[in-house]
Amino acid sequence: MSEPSPEDELEQRRRIARQFIEVIPHARALGMRLDQLSAEGAEISLPWREDLVGDPRSGVIHGGVISALMDTCSGAAVMAHPTGARSTATIDLRIDYMRAATPGQTIRAKASCYHITRSVAFVRAWAMDDDESRPVASATGAFTVER
Amino acid sequence: MAPRNESLDAIKSRRNNTLNALVSSVPYIRWLGIGFDRRGDELTAVLPFDEKLIGNPMLPAIHGGVTAAFLEVTAIVELTWTAIWEDMEQGRIAPDAAVPESLPRLPKTIDFTVDYLRSGLPRDAYARARVVRSGRRYASVHVEAWQDQRQKLLAQATGHFLMPQDG
Repeated sequence: MSEPSPEDELEQRRRIARQFIEVIPHARALGMRLDQLSAEGAEISLPWREDLVGDPRSGVIHGGVISALMDTCSGAAVMAHPTGARSTATIDLRIDYMRAATPGQTIRAKASCYHITRSVAFVRAWAMDDDESRPVASATGAFTVER
Repeated sequence: MAPRNESLDAIKSRRNNTLNALVSSVPYIRWLGIGFDRRGDELTAVLPFDEKLIGNPMLPAIHGGVTAAFLEVTAIVELTWTAIWEDMEQGRIAPDAAVPESLPRLPKTIDFTVDYLRSGLPRDAYARARVVRSGRRYASVHVEAWQDQRQKLLAQATGHFLMPQDG
């Protein structure tokens, strides 16, 4: 038996992280799509939908949807980190809502794990709509690292 | 305050209709399936368990994003409910979900911080919010969510909100 090469290990970690998203019923129900996953972080998009609207006067998507997107994207970034977490859970998550997301536009979240210890991962995330120069929201969170 | 001799039915239907209009007019609240129990002016949000709320199918556990959304919905409804109470009691407003212009303007979330205390079990969750401070422009709200036992919190959150300006 030969040792798995670093490439195989990396590919395996990516596969585990990808499945981590795809088997989450809530992520599927919201219509999330994993666009990018690497050691550097994760990108997940979520198309606008009428039933996710939080303000019926404006058609703006509810902040809770952005929370779910940021939380999922942050968790994916933890799972994809090269130190190899088997599982993760949110300890805390703070979201700053900088502006309303434009109705009708897909929201894209990017998350990266900027520091990780044996048991805790520290993550930053951003949410953008079509105007990428002006983020919709930013988040910082702490996550458990199950090894 | 409402007149002392106003009929009980009139009082209850005014309050229930206002709360129903506020809650049923938001598509995302309906999508999550959140309802509100009312006792006088005290509201308790109820999130009935559903498969689509699951975040970890192995445990299984409710998605952390669902917990955050449930807390944020509870905070916004409580803040709006508190803000319109006097106008509702005086009969100055009568929100109707079918008439968008009659609905109260909602506060905008500035920031929201969720503290996850326990993993969300696959069963109903409850939440109550407390408006800690509400000024003319800004408000600070604290929310707690629990499942089986009121004293064993699932999560708590603090949020800051920009109040709707008249006009």
